[in-house]
Amino acid sequence: MHDPEKTLLEGSVSEEILQKWEARGVNRRDFLKFCSVMTASLALPATFMGQIAEAMEADNRPPVIWMEFQGCTGDTEAFLRANQPTAAEIILDYLSIDYHETIMAAAGHQDEAAKNATVEKYKGKYIAIVEGSIPMADGGVYCTVAGNSALNIAREVCGNAAATIAVGTCASYGGLPAAAPNPTGAVSVSEAVPGATVLNLPGCPLNAENLTAAIVHFLTFGKLPATDSFGRPKFAYGKRIHDNCERRAHFDAGQYAEGFGDAGHRQGWCLYKLGCKGPETFHNCPTIRYNEGSSWPVQAGHGCIGCSEPQFWDSMTPFYRRLPQVPGFGVEATADKIGLGLAAATAVAFGAHGVASALRKDDDSTVKRED
Amino acid sequence: MAKKIVVDPITRIEGHLRIEAQIEGGRITDAWSSSTAFRGIETILKGRDPRDAHHFVQRFCGVCTTVHSMASIRAVEDALKIQIPDNARLIRNIIMGIQNVQDHVIHFYHLHALDWVDIVSALSADPKKTAQVAQSISNWPLSSATYFKGVQDRVKAFVGTGRLGPFANAYWGHSAYKLPAEANLMAVAHYLEALEWQKDVIKIHAILGSKNPHPQTFLVGGMSIPVDPDSQNALNADKLALIGKLLKKARAFVEQVYIPDLLAVAPAYLDWAAIGGGVGNYLSYGDFPMDNSGGIDNLYFPRGIIMGKDLANVLPVDEQKITEDVTRSWYEYSDGRADKHPYDGETNPNYTGPKPPYDFLDTDGKYSWVKSPRYNGEPMEVGPLARVLVAYASGNADAKGAVDFVLGKLGVGAGALFSTLGRTAARGIDCLMLAQKTELWLQQLTDNMGRGILEVHNAEKWEPSTWPKEAQGFGYHEAPRGALGHWIRIENGAIKNYQAVVPSTWNAGPRDAAGKMGPYESALIGTPVADEKQPLEILRTIHSFDPCLACAVHVLDARGNEIIKVKAL
Repeated sequence: MHDPEKTLLEGSVSEEILQKWEARGVNRRDFLKFCSVMTASLALPATFMGQIAEAMEADNRPPVIWMEFQGCTGDTEAFLRANQPTAAEIILDYLSIDYHETIMAAAGHQDEAAKNATVEKYKGKYIAIVEGSIPMADGGVYCTVAGNSALNIAREVCGNAAATIAVGTCASYGGLPAAAPNPTGAVSVSEAVPGATVLNLPGCPLNAENLTAAIVHFLTFGKLPATDSFGRPKFAYGKRIHDNCERRAHFDAGQYAEGFGDAGHRQGWCLYKLGCKGPETFHNCPTIRYNEGSSWPVQAGHGCIGCSEPQFWDSMTPFYRRLPQVPGFGVEATADKIGLGLAAATAVAFGAHGVASALRKDDDSTVKRED
Repeated sequence: MAKKIVVDPITRIEGHLRIEAQIEGGRITDAWSSSTAFRGIETILKGRDPRDAHHFVQRFCGVCTTVHSMASIRAVEDALKIQIPDNARLIRNIIMGIQNVQDHVIHFYHLHALDWVDIVSALSADPKKTAQVAQSISNWPLSSATYFKGVQDRVKAFVGTGRLGPFANAYWGHSAYKLPAEANLMAVAHYLEALEWQKDVIKIHAILGSKNPHPQTFLVGGMSIPVDPDSQNALNADKLALIGKLLKKARAFVEQVYIPDLLAVAPAYLDWAAIGGGVGNYLSYGDFPMDNSGGIDNLYFPRGIIMGKDLANVLPVDEQKITEDVTRSWYEYSDGRADKHPYDGETNPNYTGPKPPYDFLDTDGKYSWVKSPRYNGEPMEVGPLARVLVAYASGNADAKGAVDFVLGKLGVGAGALFSTLGRTAARGIDCLMLAQKTELWLQQLTDNMGRGILEVHNAEKWEPSTWPKEAQGFGYHEAPRGALGHWIRIENGAIKNYQAVVPSTWNAGPRDAAGKMGPYESALIGTPVADEKQPLEILRTIHSFDPCLACAVHVLDARGNEIIKVKAL
């Protein structure tokens, strides 16, 4: 059957490129699908597909050095769950991952030699990826690899990279090790290596689809994507969870789950009263979700804990205490007032929902963070 | 003449591990296991809400994600005497079950296999013969000559670029690799298949808990995933069916790929059934409650201890006998003692090692960020081997059947279990048992829902106002890597003290006050090393434990931190 979308996609990528990929064992359908998903992830119009395809073409695979310091390997595990492309495709086809302690075959001297060779040969051209925070206290003794401190390693490798991507909240902002009282003096990559060009991809762990999208953006345009004041790409962290939340209508309608497993909770009502931090958190979880779009915290019945925000372990805790005074569908109304009014008659709730929808354009009066 | 070598970093593990070993006459005569990273999460926990602790401790590790959440909420529930709903028990069992299954497969193919499988050799394999080998050991459908040719072509094209990425500079061609080229090609194909499989089957965590790694669904008192057959926003028939499908997929791969591969690879390495034994003492807390009594008498994997490889005597576990020794770790106790029980645990960092960059550690003094846990003063091995041995020796029918089947296939006796090969085989057995059991818990959950039982959370003691002024609790779990314990003290609604003694702390710990080695160190003694510049054999034994070092190191004492208030809007 004729598939207009498919024709459009194939039309924008040259036959020569498709054939080169096929010679390398990647079928054209998969490659086109990859380019298409990347274009969409980066919020670019479909006409950019050809440009993305060219950036990924031939063996221009950019060398990557992935370093883990004070981390938990959760971001690596997230990377292994990537779907567009998959981890196997990334490793074999899209990037040359020259150093990654969790997956590499070599160990000890041999693997350090592999890393040094890449730093030498591709100076100023490779991508550094950092997972985990970097401890600054006491001469860096709280994290060493091959006898050298994380700080020394990060300065050398990130300092000579074309760009550094901080994956997860620890590398982006210090994360859990930097939570009060920050016992090891843990800091983010950009604090540890002030001169480096760093893109932050926070989240605990980060969403792997945002990592692949950021890398492709860099390959396609030769520069990192536009960021907010916290160094996060706007394509992934430009909007509040609350504004894209599938349960927003219930918030506006004053329908709140009051306890885990109660009738409202089972019916997918708003989790605000159970502590959800969606109104204070910027991340694209509601739209891309996790594990190939399977779910995300609010969908599974647990409030957002704000894991993409700097210092969330201190600023968003206690996690189950509701945020104070998140405005509802008017500057004055809060969840309590709304809930109170609605308890009287369900019919009012349906009415209020309509009112809320009509007022949605005035939403700027709710929580807003300066970029 | 003795020579000291260093392997740092040990790769294909979680976290930061360094091994120093003394080699004499081609064998290891002494060894030191050191962890080289430290975060201090338990300090960070002090003063915080005990209901939040599971989020913090889950980040001990993103590989065995969920396990610390599990132990943490059990510790709080033990302290506050909370009984969870039956649905919560079943959902927890399903989440833990698939975690073990998925984690073991990743370990076998992606972390451990390259110690036994030579990828470069796979390039010279005959795809037709590979298909014959594959079809002779399993009914797995992906086994045609065309399929293996495709895999080989893909690897050839990759190698042809001259840029091997994560496979560069490894020990390819080492004399200790024994598999024929065809077996190597089959293993490479399954390496790639397992990469796909693991991301699919773990969607069960997303369905039940929003995402993986770091699901967000555990609660003190139950779970936060609602169940309701009549709601599109809760676990309903549709989602139960999807979980069931994924469990079948998980089980099929374990039965038709992992176990046959294990049995096909092992005969080439039977000498490793006499290498890497270690301390010979085994501890399992047991796990997977089969009823909702809250007790430990009806766990699928039973609780118990085996001392000195004596399978005739399974001894009861008394958590009061557990201590952590810091004589050779970079800490000191305020009262100068060598060891303490976790309830009273404290950890004042006291780094006495060389200033980085350095070549060698001072292995005569303190040399690791990992403490040394002891049971009644003895080092204990934990993990799938301990779990399976305790189950086997306790007469668990499933364990007995699986162990006897594997031993029979390999033509070896039970003594072969106490080794590097035995540890690797036990992980497969553990995986098989759980892959076959988890469907039962899904069925029971379905039955409950069919009867209208929808409760997932017991909120009776959710509010701190309902708690006693002081309470303390112990939470256990059998994580993929073994016995995990969390100890919590609660005072005035906040965490007073928090200690975790985790599997890789038991296994990776350094020597203690009495000079007794930890399991890694002990297992390395006598290991042959053919080429000291390429110590592949060290990796084999260390990887057989499945190290997880971020878990193992996390402790620090308090400096009186405060809870930071939620920021005002």
